[in-house]
Amino acid sequence: MRDMTLAAAREALAKREISAVELVDHHISTIEKLDGDINAFITTTPDQARLAAKAADEQLAKGEGGLLCGIPLGVKDLFCTDGTRTTAGSNILRHFVPPYESTVTANLLKQDAVFLGKLNLDEFAMGSTNLTSAFGSVTNPWKRAGDDKKLVPGGSSGGSAAAVASGMVLGATGTDTGGSIRQPASFCGITGVKPTYGRCSRFGTIAFASSLDQAGPMARTLEDCALMLEAMAGFDPKDSTSVDLAVPRYVDALERGVKGLKVGIPEEYRSEDLPAEIQALWEQGIAWLRDAGAETVKVSLPHTKYGLPTYYIAALAEASSNLARYDGVRFGERVPADSLDMMYEATRHAGFGEEVRRRILMGTYVLSSGYYDAYYLRAQKIRTLIQRDFLSAFEKVDVLLTPTAPSAAFAHDEKPTDPVQVYLNDVFTVPASLAGVPALSLPAGLDSKGLPLGLQLIGRYFEEETLFAAGRVMEKAAGFTHRPALFAGSAA
Amino acid sequence: MSYRIEGATGTWEIVVGLEVHAQVISHAKLFSGASATYGGEPNMHVSLIDAGFPGMLPVINAECVAQAVRTGLGLNATIHLESRFDRKNYFYADLPQGYQISQFAHPIVGEGKVLVELSDGTEREIGITRLHLEQDAGKSLHDQDPTRSFIDLNRAGVALMEIVSEPDIRSPEEAGAYLRKLRQILRYIGTCDGNMEEGSMRADVNVSVRKAGEPFRTRCEIKNVNSIRFVMQSIEVEAQRQVEIWEAGGTVDQETRLFDHARGETRSLRSKEDAHDYRYFPDPDLLPLVIEREWVDALRAALPELPEAKRSRLEAQYGVSRYESGVLAAEQTVADFYEQVAKASDPKLAVNWMLGDFFAALNRTGKSIEESPVNASGLSELLALIKDSTINGKIAKEVLEDMFETGESASAIVERKGLRQVTDTGAIESAIRDILAANADKLAEYKSGKDKLFGFFVGQTMKAMKGKGNPALVNELLGKILAE
Repeated sequence: MRDMTLAAAREALAKREISAVELVDHHISTIEKLDGDINAFITTTPDQARLAAKAADEQLAKGEGGLLCGIPLGVKDLFCTDGTRTTAGSNILRHFVPPYESTVTANLLKQDAVFLGKLNLDEFAMGSTNLTSAFGSVTNPWKRAGDDKKLVPGGSSGGSAAAVASGMVLGATGTDTGGSIRQPASFCGITGVKPTYGRCSRFGTIAFASSLDQAGPMARTLEDCALMLEAMAGFDPKDSTSVDLAVPRYVDALERGVKGLKVGIPEEYRSEDLPAEIQALWEQGIAWLRDAGAETVKVSLPHTKYGLPTYYIAALAEASSNLARYDGVRFGERVPADSLDMMYEATRHAGFGEEVRRRILMGTYVLSSGYYDAYYLRAQKIRTLIQRDFLSAFEKVDVLLTPTAPSAAFAHDEKPTDPVQVYLNDVFTVPASLAGVPALSLPAGLDSKGLPLGLQLIGRYFEEETLFAAGRVMEKAAGFTHRPALFAGSAA
Repeated sequence: MSYRIEGATGTWEIVVGLEVHAQVISHAKLFSGASATYGGEPNMHVSLIDAGFPGMLPVINAECVAQAVRTGLGLNATIHLESRFDRKNYFYADLPQGYQISQFAHPIVGEGKVLVELSDGTEREIGITRLHLEQDAGKSLHDQDPTRSFIDLNRAGVALMEIVSEPDIRSPEEAGAYLRKLRQILRYIGTCDGNMEEGSMRADVNVSVRKAGEPFRTRCEIKNVNSIRFVMQSIEVEAQRQVEIWEAGGTVDQETRLFDHARGETRSLRSKEDAHDYRYFPDPDLLPLVIEREWVDALRAALPELPEAKRSRLEAQYGVSRYESGVLAAEQTVADFYEQVAKASDPKLAVNWMLGDFFAALNRTGKSIEESPVNASGLSELLALIKDSTINGKIAKEVLEDMFETGESASAIVERKGLRQVTDTGAIESAIRDILAANADKLAEYKSGKDKLFGFFVGQTMKAMKGKGNPALVNELLGKILAE
């Protein structure tokens, strides 16, 4: 049971080789064993999970049950869960229990998934290290060979990635604003999919940057992600930006192969600074696809170099406004003070961590009168140019292949002190977010220190199926079976 | 009639533009399903969206969009098939999201115009700059507790239309006429009840002054004025204040002011330097609002007859005067009432009676036309009795009063009181002869040339007949007998 994929567990449950209660109990005991070191969970809900598992077994016994019946999952603590504390990794929501369920988690529950708890993240999903959570940082279950230093899991969905990688859950929800699913997936040696913007509803998911936020699955394999995404996606009349388009059975696309597929290699993603190991892995990925019958083509995405500044202006502008509602008036924490303005200041100072405060300030600045045109408006224009880059590239090719991140996981104490250096981690992931196109990261190999590295596939709007097909070819070629130091059943 | 302020340095004219906030009539709020009903216990009409809970998203209410389009059509304005919603960011305790969703850069309705009529009968066109949709905020209650304020979010998220006029208004009277006309159009179309006391319509007033032929000088904005009378008063005092500043060699600062009606003055609320930086930007939770030409056309086709069209038709169809059509078309209910009466009896008689005794009776009893104890068919019946000579006009006034008091029908009252007009020539003739016999001296005077006494004989005869004599017959027969 300890190295079972989500898909394999489904099969075993359907055949009644294992019960949902056994499966869930196994994962709960893994959490008990490992999470003291990893800190992937902010809140665990074992009692609820056991009840749900019992109900799932009753359904399975009758040959009924949804797509994910009895499957133990973790939920990033950015998705509101009815009756279960939802914190966004922030002190300001430390005790917030929503009386409503996000559409994505409701969709998973409709398919009879079992939630084991709420997963740690960078505060309000702002970060790529998981060091900014008010509930303590998450430790990557992977270790460098011969080095016991604690590594970051990436972020912001670092708790989700670490929980999946260590075998505490079979899959987890993530959200991706500029790489928050893909980069931690790469750091933790798992698979993560950021669907097309509008594919999953944002209703009930705590907003970071509304025009970029997109929920997606994180799991051990592409098949697992395909199953989860089928359950999570769909039109939601409660989200005006969700798209009314039928959800395909993504698993059916997995074995389509890549014969005749045109794979673009964006020139602008090459850089002198890219570590040789990552460059080599990228070449390897190209070779795998070519060997399977794909044609690889060099393409140009000329505005790539503006991706990071554009992203940090657009995302932070929206965030500064989205986070205004945390004011101590109606919900969340409040620090009493003598006047309304002083209450706001005290509440928001105590409630928000340093990185969130920094981003609110920057976002406020770029929208301010006198700066709006130079920053926000220009960023919107460049965002359009970046979208056009992708559209014209996709006239020539079907998918793009790039590295997911410019490095492997680094140690907690190696985090650069300059925030801009941290932001550079998102360099390969933000362009797809800005364009709204789907992208995924899958584990392709290990670096010389034994740490996982991911490759990224980027596709056309709503053509997640092509990504699954191309990814599956690489997944098979890579044969990534490595497991981290901290793993279910291993000596922790 | 032009409005001027005579100052020590010359004559000043005033320049006024109005921003009217009109609460949209709709069942639900602009972006949530919560009820938009006025009143109710505090915080009873609040959804999680209105309260700005984490992860909540706005979804546009199509009915509110339709109401804005209808209003735009009523203002003869351009309808923009694509418009956008922006966020206006500021912190206040009764603003749950920390921003108001509004249409800053791309409003749904563009330029239009409103025709206003002034007391001297002249008409002026006031330009409309734009109309846009936005959310209302909640209400802060500061008087419930010595140290704390309370928040009522019932109104948070209710749809407002902000209707911005061009700076075309040149007098307090024009401002009042514009607001009345605007309110009339909104009520006709059914998009806002125009109730300024309940706050469902309020105005921000932009005022500046200048000498003839000058470009605009600095303006001040008087916020949230909640009656037409106060709008007119605030313009007067604000313009006077500005003239005094300019004439004393000072400069008017661009600022936001409040009108204190008790003291009859405006007061500075915040200066331009303290003005909020609202950091407007497109709301990323909402797509651009795109509407179809056909949909707009269907709304246009379904619009009720608007005030100006109704006036023209009443004049053409019933022969009422321009003045009379103005009074009748002031409210749809009045015009409808009139048309029912006019069709059932006589158009001329109907307008005279409605504008005369009927309105007087309503005023006396403090009732609106909807609450009138005499309905259109009741009044028609009364007028029919006049027309067929069952009663005369004088008796009819008495009957109408009785109808207002008792609610009985005109014919029932006529029967009960025996007020039926006497048209029997024999009875009238004998009453005349009795009067002439009893006033032989007056008769002699008449015969010697004092013609005015004819009226005296008529009056005496009517009096003897308790007012029930048919006036025409009395006149006719008296003439005949006197000529004998």
